[in-house]
Amino acid sequence: MIDWGPIILTAKLALVTTVILLIVSVPLAYWLAFSKSRMKPVVETLVSMPLVLPPTVLGFYLLMAFSPGNSFGAWLQEWFGLRLIFSFSGLVIGSMIYSLPFMVNPIQSGLSGLPSSLSEASYILGKSKLKTLFSVLLPNIKPSLLTGIVLAFAHTIGEFGVVLMIGGNIPEKTKVVSIAIYDEVEALNYAHANTYSMILFVITFIVLLSVYVINGGYLKKFWK
Amino acid sequence: MIKATIHKTLRSATGKMNLAIELDFKRGQFVTLYGPSGAGKTTTLRIIAGLLSPDKGSIEVNDCIWFDNERKINRVPQQRKIGYVFQDYALFPHMTVRKNLEFALDNKQDKAIVDELIGIVELEELQDRKPETLSGGQQQRVALARALVRKPEVLLLDEPLSALDIRMRSKLQDYILKVHKKYHLTTILVSHDIGEIIKMSDVVYKLQDGCVEKVGKPMTVFASNQLSGKFQFVGEVIDITKEDVIYIVTVLIGQNVVKVVAQEQEIVNLEIGDKVIVASKAFNPVLQKIEA
Repeated sequence: MIDWGPIILTAKLALVTTVILLIVSVPLAYWLAFSKSRMKPVVETLVSMPLVLPPTVLGFYLLMAFSPGNSFGAWLQEWFGLRLIFSFSGLVIGSMIYSLPFMVNPIQSGLSGLPSSLSEASYILGKSKLKTLFSVLLPNIKPSLLTGIVLAFAHTIGEFGVVLMIGGNIPEKTKVVSIAIYDEVEALNYAHANTYSMILFVITFIVLLSVYVINGGYLKKFWK
Repeated sequence: MIKATIHKTLRSATGKMNLAIELDFKRGQFVTLYGPSGAGKTTTLRIIAGLLSPDKGSIEVNDCIWFDNERKINRVPQQRKIGYVFQDYALFPHMTVRKNLEFALDNKQDKAIVDELIGIVELEELQDRKPETLSGGQQQRVALARALVRKPEVLLLDEPLSALDIRMRSKLQDYILKVHKKYHLTTILVSHDIGEIIKMSDVVYKLQDGCVEKVGKPMTVFASNQLSGKFQFVGEVIDITKEDVIYIVTVLIGQNVVKVVAQEQEIVNLEIGDKVIVASKAFNPVLQKIEA
């Protein structure tokens, strides 16, 4: 029988990452969609970098930054008692950066695709920008929000490089499924590796299928 | 009273344009901005609403300053007492008709106004429907009602009727006039339709290339030489046919089609689609009761 620890840990990591990422991404996507700042292309580039950068590069720099031998890492440990390498919180931060474009890009394009008269109408009706965002804009980009949430979730489940670099392979703490698979293969336990792989395969299939079904309007047709 | 001096340099597809508009009219008047596309009508409306800021100038509405670049006053749209009906209606797609109106309520404002407005624009039956299930005319009525929930002092209408057919138009014109009078609004309408302007407005500003070309009562602005006829209507030429030595011009006035006999020199400059005034003088009108 396989060890269920890595699967639970992966689910926990994906869930925590997605929730915090959503909270961070909405304001960021709002800024990217509506700002006229000159800094915008730079920020856009930084947000999208994880799409093309090898995860090991990201992991390497995070490892350097978080290491207690480094001034930033030392400062974190001294002031907050946070040790981000080889720990779950470190994995969450690494995963957030790694999955950032998958959450921000759909929300950003959803927001900039809305007609500007919607928010203008809300302002004229006396509503603040915050109220407009939550009562008018976000309810009208539900498909984009769903896409962002699901992609970020699925992408976190599948990550390997970043986790290996900053998390290592500590059971119950940083050993996620993708690493467990690598481990089992190294140990020539192909049967176990296959079970883990199959679980990931099925989960990602179901998760992505649900997005296409819901956003494609198939569910509505079915219920009607 | 509304007084505005607006200066703004606009960059459009056709190049730079200087908007330099002076508006000055009384409270409670129905004012129309008329002019070709790109003359600056919608921009002027958006500046009054606070959606755009002018480069310099001032906007004063009922003794309250909304914008003044010298005194560094620029009220945000939320702080200007306006209602705005957008060309694309801008109804919130995820809310029902009633929710669209309720969204507009200020904190602690009495909800009774929502029912009152739904009654005025006759939307009782449709109040629980989503905007996408409504026709253009119905959506327009929702937009009009929503714009009035906060009891604005100024109602701004950006070509609200351009997408509707003639019958619907005339009905909505009546709704607009009704609320204009009932709520003592000062209304500014952007319109292309001369018939509509003559029917509705007290004052028309004819804009051309960002400047006011003519101001006045609609009949003075649109009729190049003043007629003394007792009967005059604005219509659209829909057909011109030659009959022996004369011409028959068919004119659509409102929903009625009228045939007018014309001499050759009268039709020289006339084309199908032109707006014309059909006037008649020196004849005695006959009244006859219509049996119901």
